[in-house]
Order: sequence, then C-alpha cells, then structure tokens
Amino acid sequence: MAQPKEPDKLLFTDRGRIGKQVVLPWNKSIEICVGSIKTRLGRSIVTLLGIVLAIAFLMSILTNRVMIDNLVAQNDENITLLLQVKAGVDVHDATSVEHKRQQDMWLLTLSMLVALVGIVNSMLMSVTERFREIGTMKCLGALDAFIVRLFFIESTIQGVVGTLIGIPIGFMLTYVRMGISFGFGTFDYAPLLGWTAINIAICLVIGTFLAVVAAWWPARTAAQMQPVEAMRVEE
Amino acid sequence: MAKNNQKTVQSDNQPATQTAAEQINHAIVRSRNVKKIYTMGAETVEALRGVTLEIYQGEYISIMGPSGSGKSTFFNMIGGLDKPSEGQVFIDEVDIAQLDAYELAWLRCRKIGYIFQTFNLIPVMSALENVTLPMVFGGMTSDEARDKGAELLGKVGLGTRLQHRPFELSGGQQQRVAIARSLANDPAIILADEPTGNLDLKTGTEIIEILKKMNKEMGVTIITATHDHKMLAASDRVIWIRDGQVERIERREDLQIQVGTIGGEAE
Repeated sequence: MAQPKEPDKLLFTDRGRIGKQVVLPWNKSIEICVGSIKTRLGRSIVTLLGIVLAIAFLMSILTNRVMIDNLVAQNDENITLLLQVKAGVDVHDATSVEHKRQQDMWLLTLSMLVALVGIVNSMLMSVTERFREIGTMKCLGALDAFIVRLFFIESTIQGVVGTLIGIPIGFMLTYVRMGISFGFGTFDYAPLLGWTAINIAICLVIGTFLAVVAAWWPARTAAQMQPVEAMRVEE
Repeated sequence: MAKNNQKTVQSDNQPATQTAAEQINHAIVRSRNVKKIYTMGAETVEALRGVTLEIYQGEYISIMGPSGSGKSTFFNMIGGLDKPSEGQVFIDEVDIAQLDAYELAWLRCRKIGYIFQTFNLIPVMSALENVTLPMVFGGMTSDEARDKGAELLGKVGLGTRLQHRPFELSGGQQQRVAIARSLANDPAIILADEPTGNLDLKTGTEIIEILKKMNKEMGVTIITATHDHKMLAASDRVIWIRDGQVERIERREDLQIQVGTIGGEAE
C-alpha cells in the first residue's frame, strides 16, 4: 500500500517536506476531555453510574469475603455460631464455604459484564451525538489517532472517577451491615485494613480496565468517521 | 458570453522561473477531467462527468448549481475531503490522490480553512478555543495561539466575546467564529459550504462582506458552494455546475446583476 513517493511532488509552496507534522499535545488532549465531560455532564454521569455501581458491587463482595475470613480466622466459639446464624457460613464445612465463593465469583463476573455493556452503550451514544464534532475536527486536521486518544482519555477519567466513588460506597455498605450483625468490635482490624488496601487496588485496576475496554469499540467507530460527515446538514 | 471568460490553460509543466504575471495567476486549485462514480447496488451514478478548471490564487469563487448537480461532490474534492474516481485534483500543485492520511490531515490543517452551513463549532469549547484548535494541531504553542486567536476574533468583530460558548452566540456570531477559525493557520484556500444558508438576509450579507474583506486584505482564495444570489456580487467568478459538468463560468463583470443592487438592506 505504501508507495514510494518522489519527495519533490510533496513540496508545498512554502513549507517543504510534509509528514507527521500534525500534533495534539497530551495536556491539550486532557484539557479537551475534561471540558467535554463537564459540558456533557448528564451523559457523563450515566456512564459514571455504570462504573460506580459495578465497582460498588465488586468492593462490597470483596469486603464481605475479607470480613468473614477475618471472623473465621479468630476461631472463637461464639463468633463461629454467629457466623452460622447470620451469614450462613459453616466453618466446619469447607465445601459449603467454597461453594459460596464460587457463587460470588459468578455473580461478580456477570455484573462486570453487564456494566461493560452499559458503558459501551453509553460511549457509543456519545460518539453518535458527536458525529459532526468529530467530522469537524478531522476537517481541521485531526488524525484518527487524536480522536481515539480523546475518547480513551475521556473514558479513563470516567473509569477512575467512577471507581473512586464506587469503592467507598461498596465498602461502607458492607462494613456497616457486617458491623451491625457482628458488632464493630468483633473484627481484628490490622489484617482487615491490609486486605482492604488490596481490595481497593483490585477495584481500581478492574474499574479502569472496564472503562478502557469499553471505550475501544466506540473510539474506533469515531476515528473512522469521514470528514465529509461534518458537511451534512441533518444529524 | 462564457467563452471569453475561460482562460487558456497553461502548459502543465511550468518553467522553473515564472514571470510575475504567471505568479499572480498561480493556480491554487486545478482539476483535470475529474470524474466521480458512485456505485449503489447494481446502479452506478456518475456524479461528476469530467470537470476541468483552474482556480487562481486570491480569487473569490462561487460554485453554483441545483442540488444533485454534483456541486457538493466537486466541492468536497477540491477540499481534500473526497478523492476522484478518475482524473486529478491538484491543490497547490499537489495531487491529492497521492497523499496518505497524515499528509491529508496536514493539508486540511494548514492549507485549507473550512466554513460550514451549520457553523460546526465544537460545542464544548469557547470561541477562542475553537479558533485556536487548528493552531494546536498545527503545532503552535498555547500562548502564540491565544494571541493569534484573539486577533482573528477581533478581525471578525468578536473581540469582546472570546470566552463565549457557541450556544451563547447568535448564528451570525457563530459563523464569524467559524471564519476566524478557518483563518487560523493562514490557509491558502477557504472553502465555504453554503456559509449563508442558515442565516437571515442581513446577517448573511454581513458574513459575505467579512469573507470579501478577508479575501482582499489577506489574499486568501475563497471558494464557496452556494445557492445564495447575494454571493454573486462578491464573487470574481461564478462556476455553474449542472449534471456533473461545468455548464459555464462567468466573471463578475459579465453577470447580469449589478454590484450594489443586492444586499441593499445592509446599507
């Protein structure tokens, strides 16, 4: 496809050889994306909510698991009894504990998939809304890569912000519920804190990953738009 | 009437040393036997059936023609937005069919300014940001771009509305921002697609006056596709396209309508 070109054919009157001379600096990209998110707050919040809910659910399940493990590890007769009554966990029955875990994982996977589809949908709509804007940018000299980058940055920002909101929501819901059931003083807080830090890291990774994966298809669709689209009168 | 307007086509291989007269008549856009064929299912539609013409630096050109005449197709082609099925389009002596994606983007960024019927400002950006965007693409630093953007907006009479967003501006004001944006990188050509199509008579006249002013003061070539007869008075030449071919080319002097009888409301 790449045909060799004679350089003199590419001489524009005053600027010499042309090549990758069109640029969009990163700080400017981020500035554009932040502006775009702010102006289209409604749409952004819908995307954000998908991530917030998914991450809150993830964090809640992870925290629940850590707190139960925490109680089991204390190996106290009263707590073991409470666990069986209030959480349906039979410490002496390893298969039932394992079974419950598998159920949780299955639920988690499903909910992450649902969230992914939701975010893709919301991003695709925001691409459709912006057909003319994207076409115009291309007329002004934007490369496909600029458009892809803008959508990825926007999506990543939404992913990180959504995750940061979702984590405390998921954590607090589970922590308060478990605290009320078992008493806030029952837990062994040193390991609990350590595990929560790990859970937060897991959530951040998964939340950002979800947003970036969800942006891939819409961003590609947007980048492949022809600049002529900008000329169309009707949207 | 039309015949004496068509300039004799100069030889394609111009000598390295041009005379002053030839430089004045430097063809900024040349099309040679341009055809465009669309295939829709089993049917093929010939939107352009061999268009050959030259547009010279500093001219103000209007392309007129009924819808479906191939006017828009031709217009997109000289704007580097579409490639011909046959024939060649040269913009500033560069065959656009030979350009890759980067070079096309560069061409759009630095050589051509676009003005649209629907203004097409980026809604999330202020007037100034809209004007500076092409400069950012062109590699200008933020400070330089801000100064130049403010200067351009001043030129189109919006010096006090730099921070307004498009929805806070009237149609005419938005189109002025678009004109300022099209001039961002000192292009050789401004392509205006029905620039007055969404504007009322008075505002449309103002826009035409600004375009004419830019044409005279900055020497930028202006090519408009239009239905607006107000535009004729401002044009150096009018190219009529019908059924995918150039029907006739008229110079302003030969137009029936006298300059001044149109757009009287602006006075």
